[in-house]
Amino acid sequence: MANDRIILPPVNAQKTNMTCHFCIVGCGYHVYKWPENKEGGKAPHQNALGLDFRKQLPPYSTILSPTQQTVITDKHGRRYNILIVPDKECVVNQGGGSVRGLHMASYIQMESRLKHPRIHTGDQWLDTDWNQALAIYAGVTKKVLDNKGPRELGFVLFDHGGAGGGFENTWGTGKLVFTALQAPMTRIHNRQAYNSECHATREMGIMELNNSYEDAEVADCIMAIGVNPYETQTNYFLMHWLPNVQGTTIDKKKEWFPGEEVGEGRVIFVDPRKTASISICESVAPDRVLHLDIEPGTDVALFNGLFTYVVDQGWIDRDFIAKRTKGFDEAVKANRMSLEECSKITGVSVEKLKQAAEWAYKPKAGGKLKRTMHGYEKGIIWGNDNYAIQSSLLDLVIATHNVGGRRGTGCVRMGGHQEGYARPPHPTGEKIYLDQEIIAGKGQTLTFWGVSTFQTTCNAENFRNAVLRRSEIVKEAMRKARGATTEQLVAAIYDAIANKGGLFVTSINLYPHIMEDAAHLMLPAVHPGEMNLTSMNGERRLRLSERFMDPPGTAKPDCLIAADIANTLKAMYEKEGNAKMAARFKGFNWKTEEDAFNDGFRLMGKDDVGGVIHSQGGDTGHLATYELLRKAGNNGVQLPIKEVKNGKLIGTEILYTEKFDTPDGLAHFKPSPWKGFFKPVEAQRAKYRFWINSGRVNEAWQSMYHDYYNPNMRERWPMAPVEINPEDARDLGIASGDIVELYNDYGSTYGMAYIVPEAKRGQVFMQFGHFNGIQGDVTTEAVDRNVVPDYKHTWANIRKVASGTYKATVSFKSRHYKA
Amino acid sequence: MTQDSNRPAQPARREFFKMGGAITAGAGAAVVGLAPATAEAAVDTSATLPYKPKTIARVKTMKVNQPVSFNYPDAASPCQAVKMGTPVPGGVGPDNDIVAYSILCTHQGCPTVYDANDRCFKCPCHYSIFDAEKAGQMVCGQAPSKLPQIVLEYDAKTDMITAVAVNGLIYGRQANVL
Repeated sequence: MANDRIILPPVNAQKTNMTCHFCIVGCGYHVYKWPENKEGGKAPHQNALGLDFRKQLPPYSTILSPTQQTVITDKHGRRYNILIVPDKECVVNQGGGSVRGLHMASYIQMESRLKHPRIHTGDQWLDTDWNQALAIYAGVTKKVLDNKGPRELGFVLFDHGGAGGGFENTWGTGKLVFTALQAPMTRIHNRQAYNSECHATREMGIMELNNSYEDAEVADCIMAIGVNPYETQTNYFLMHWLPNVQGTTIDKKKEWFPGEEVGEGRVIFVDPRKTASISICESVAPDRVLHLDIEPGTDVALFNGLFTYVVDQGWIDRDFIAKRTKGFDEAVKANRMSLEECSKITGVSVEKLKQAAEWAYKPKAGGKLKRTMHGYEKGIIWGNDNYAIQSSLLDLVIATHNVGGRRGTGCVRMGGHQEGYARPPHPTGEKIYLDQEIIAGKGQTLTFWGVSTFQTTCNAENFRNAVLRRSEIVKEAMRKARGATTEQLVAAIYDAIANKGGLFVTSINLYPHIMEDAAHLMLPAVHPGEMNLTSMNGERRLRLSERFMDPPGTAKPDCLIAADIANTLKAMYEKEGNAKMAARFKGFNWKTEEDAFNDGFRLMGKDDVGGVIHSQGGDTGHLATYELLRKAGNNGVQLPIKEVKNGKLIGTEILYTEKFDTPDGLAHFKPSPWKGFFKPVEAQRAKYRFWINSGRVNEAWQSMYHDYYNPNMRERWPMAPVEINPEDARDLGIASGDIVELYNDYGSTYGMAYIVPEAKRGQVFMQFGHFNGIQGDVTTEAVDRNVVPDYKHTWANIRKVASGTYKATVSFKSRHYKA
Repeated sequence: MTQDSNRPAQPARREFFKMGGAITAGAGAAVVGLAPATAEAAVDTSATLPYKPKTIARVKTMKVNQPVSFNYPDAASPCQAVKMGTPVPGGVGPDNDIVAYSILCTHQGCPTVYDANDRCFKCPCHYSIFDAEKAGQMVCGQAPSKLPQIVLEYDAKTDMITAVAVNGLIYGRQANVL
């Protein structure tokens, strides 16, 4: 396709709603679809965009790039043009698009997609059909269930939203794994057990997505903790944070808070690294940005120091503390830390700490409380003791009444991808560290469902080696089963896993990807556009992303794959007359993804549904139907839904106006003293020179599973960049574009050196999750008390291994905007 | 913000070399400086859009790292040419170091500003940064595409740089040639 023009949609082109499925913000888009041989005219009445292309359009007219267009072929061989354009009416993005969302059309019908089930037999991957694939998967699963029980069935599951998830698919997979198979050895895509990223805050009564994007527009101050929103929540940052910092929301503040002192917003970043977001804010409003560049992993000390200081200053809401909280005095006692000690541990000056406390918590004129929104992400979620940091942070937030229904406040997880969690409870409630179990030789099957765990787990090299070694035992058994019937093949696989230490591995995904190295079976799944999918964004805004095209080959939605597996097992148990086991696999009589939506999301809170349902839609989820959501379009509705009024879904903007999520309705303070690092981390810190920080890169964020196959993205980021300080680079003889090795007691990986003047000495930053340079290979097995990993803290040495590999093709200019 | 509100695009210095019709690929160097193409030569053999060549500047008048503004392929499309001083992708001229770009950000059409320190074009609206020394590759930002690169040709006899096509879609257009 030419790169200097696009084909315009005619006025009668089909137009459907699409929520971008990459980052959590969930920008609204419209998908136009029309026959390949047609094109709209340039006059505004001749094209579906209503724009006048006979002349140059002014800025902000729309966004149109060849990356937003493609041609698809449907299952009947008919060809259509596709154009995916940001929705100006969507309150989230207001016509804006991120670099990722503006590539959605580029990821459609990629040749590399899995089109049919595949089996690794002999020594290669071969296509098969669903009948054989399901007979093998269900056959092996049944033998394990019958002989050893469900504890031997391992699952690594996508757990909520984004491209792999949505309420339909989390429900389908959850009902299969937890209700039917009852398999406890299940972990989540980015955590090593089945757990939450927010145990502490939930125990304190505060679910982590508790305000609206509009609250960021009217806050006096935004505290951004371990988050880089320009690169990871782009249009939330550009459309809702920056206008506040720039001062263009002052009129809205006056309107919302009459009689209250208002002004331009301020922003405080807590991050050891200077990020692109900080540079942009400094460029926009240097006097209203503060960067608390703490020593790695010292967040607990920071929040305890600030908490102690604001309590001593009296900058807290004593009335709120008395009426709506409990445990304040115990927390004050346990967390007590002077600013001097806080400064010593965090490396931030007392003066700067005081300034941060004044900006965020010192009451305004007339004694009115500041409105400070706290947004946090992986810097603390994957930090040095997730549970402790969240406890300390929330103690500060609750004491200053920055959660609990006041507009312009909230303490929120900024989020990765959209969410859509609806599942039965975990069968035992255990938090089993799956990776360590597999390394120890436990488990007989392992299903990777919508995940690329080899490149995204911690202690990754050791996990990968264990899986590959045990997978090879099964591969050998399958190689030897020449001419075997399906039953004989199942028997051979079972012998290898039951008697020889083998592990039977299945990958259910869009692409073969890195997991094909280990798998014996691959089942093809679909993504948004190929199925109807509901998800919610970081302000709990539920939208229906509509199907507009056929999946490739015989690929299916995850919920229907789960149903196929359950129904196959049900038939097997019925055939042998085992009514008790057959009954566990009932309730999967779904024809479409909408059936799965109605079975999970819409049944929570109803009587006689055969078990407990945990759903982010809550007890009023039943009010949402596909029909109403289609009508609600890209603005959808914010969960929980309050009512349906005149055919319109009415939602909730901010949570905890009256009660918190605890049995007594009070917010619970949680004592959380500073304790230093986890032992495995401390051992690497003592031994190696560089702190290996990790994180995301704007252009390939929540889209890396496609980018493996995307030549455009691979040109910019062919390998994980390793940002390094210029003097450290000079010491080691490293130039930008060189390839370097990072190594420690856990493993070794390679990356692409990128010299960054903003980087501190002794601290490097490596892109997380890249397929070419796996940062997790040098992280430790350290997890917090709930098995939430500390991906962010490991230490390693660095050496140069190759010169100038990427110098000619990759830009190594500064990614920090300066006007 | 309105289009290019701060910095009106300057007309190219050598407007008088307007060509009557499209020219055959590779013939630019020979045609520039001669009489308008003959009827036979005016047959459109372009593989892409019917871009018309336009002379931009004499190389010896260009200073390293100082952009020269011009419009291409028409008056509504502001562009800048820069002599980088060392060979770069797509670079032409005696040192293979002259490149040119549409300065409209491919994201939402704001005019980018050339930063001589970084040798990048930077967008003040959503902070996208494009590397002038790497064919307009986005260094960081929200734009879906590289900065469109103006395809240039160099005529050693006249020392002139001529724009002959555009690689990439200019913001605000269905096609680069209106």
